[in-house]
Amino acid sequence: MNQSISQDTTGATPVTQSDAAPGIKIKADKVKVFYGEKQALFDVDLDINENEVTSLIGPSGCGKSTFLRSLNRMNDTIDICRVEGSIALDGEDIYDKNVDVVHLRARVGMVFQKPNPFPKSIFDNVAYGPRIHGLVDNKSDLDQIVQTSLEKAGLWNEVKDRLDQPGTGLSGGQQQRLCIARAVAVSPEVILMDEPCSALDPIATAKIEELIDELRSNFTIVIVTHSMQQAARVSQKTAFFHLGYLVEVDETEKMFTNPTDERTQGYITGRFG
Amino acid sequence: MNTEHIVKSFDEDLKKLDNTIAEMGGLAEVQLADAIEALIKRDTELADRVIAGDKKIDMLEADMDTHATTTLALRQPMADDLRVTITALRTASLIERIGDYAKNIAKRSVVLSQSPPLGPAKSINRMATLVQGMIKDVLDAYVARDVDKAEAVRARDADADLLHTSLFREILTYMMEDPRTITSCTHLLFVAKNLERIGDHATNIAENVYYLVNGEPPVDEREKSDASSFTVVEHEAE
Repeated sequence: MNQSISQDTTGATPVTQSDAAPGIKIKADKVKVFYGEKQALFDVDLDINENEVTSLIGPSGCGKSTFLRSLNRMNDTIDICRVEGSIALDGEDIYDKNVDVVHLRARVGMVFQKPNPFPKSIFDNVAYGPRIHGLVDNKSDLDQIVQTSLEKAGLWNEVKDRLDQPGTGLSGGQQQRLCIARAVAVSPEVILMDEPCSALDPIATAKIEELIDELRSNFTIVIVTHSMQQAARVSQKTAFFHLGYLVEVDETEKMFTNPTDERTQGYITGRFG
Repeated sequence: MNTEHIVKSFDEDLKKLDNTIAEMGGLAEVQLADAIEALIKRDTELADRVIAGDKKIDMLEADMDTHATTTLALRQPMADDLRVTITALRTASLIERIGDYAKNIAKRSVVLSQSPPLGPAKSINRMATLVQGMIKDVLDAYVARDVDKAEAVRARDADADLLHTSLFREILTYMMEDPRTITSCTHLLFVAKNLERIGDHATNIAENVYYLVNGEPPVDEREKSDASSFTVVEHEAE
């Protein structure tokens, strides 16, 4: 499933993969992000392991969402935003000028804070990606992808009898799982989630968390969350950001029982001034 | 980390955990001191007071259970706060056991006071002094989060074990010399064993202090010096 992101080599065997250390899906090296004059991230080095959930935590404005968005170049949509340093996906720099951003975002999908289904039917929401990326030639293949994606998102049984109804008619938690199904439909390798449960009730949250744990076997997941309990529950690795710096990154278990840095300690125990 | 929590009542909850440990520890120290005094001075009234006094420690342990569980459920403590809560819970049950041993010594002292005094009582006193010092120091180390002091307590457990082994031998020889003393000597053996176990519990608390401060258990295996399980005292040939 490791495709190359360079336009000219799409479909061919990528040659740069051997650069990546085994198990590391994304390697961020001295990443700096600027919004105009203001620097939002300072020299962030972070390895994201394959088939693991990595959570990014930190107070508002610490740069965690900025970092997440730089992983699939969502920051490109902001004119004044500038990224320095390198972010490599399977050893290939995603900021290279040959990179097709649309293709990159098919490999690195995203789920947002507020569920944002298209004003279309449930079916069309999920079928949208495979259609525009030309992943299917016929209706039965498309049907299959829609069903599989909804199954992976744990939504199939709840919606299989009303696929033609609008996605916006679902409950909040179902809408969020629909968005996950939509992200999954184009067979991404990495899924970025920006506070995916902050608008959901505890039951819907638990379902998403269970889903994240299941998705981990097929995808690499990076999640930004304000809930430390959530980070503790779903992730294997946790990274703490503060004032634009990556302060500490470690096994989640270690981070929440015995963090090394005083600032991490202060934040997770609720002593941050 | 000394700074306060944003939610101030959380600080009060954690403080209460420490206070309960301090109170339980203080009571256990007094209980043990009184039990030993009752034994040495053959004071059955004091022994009865010790036996009755154990209830208070049990009640405090029950309080700790409730309070620590509530803190876990409502505050979801992390990092050092989590360790403070877990350590308090574990330490409370260790102190409760120490209280039980003190009570058991008091019970045996009542029986012992009904037969003639025995020589080994002096050695018991020496061992008790050592173990009492361990408890005092380990509780101080707990309150002050003093790892060095806790480590020193851990090191002293070897002395307690050695004293126990030698006391074990000594008591056996008394029994051999005069079988009429077997009943009281057996009680003394249990008193010695209780003291040895109290030393072990003080050591466990010391390990908790280490974990509380450092976030990991101590790595080095401490020395095991209690050889009483292998001790044989042979009859001398006539």
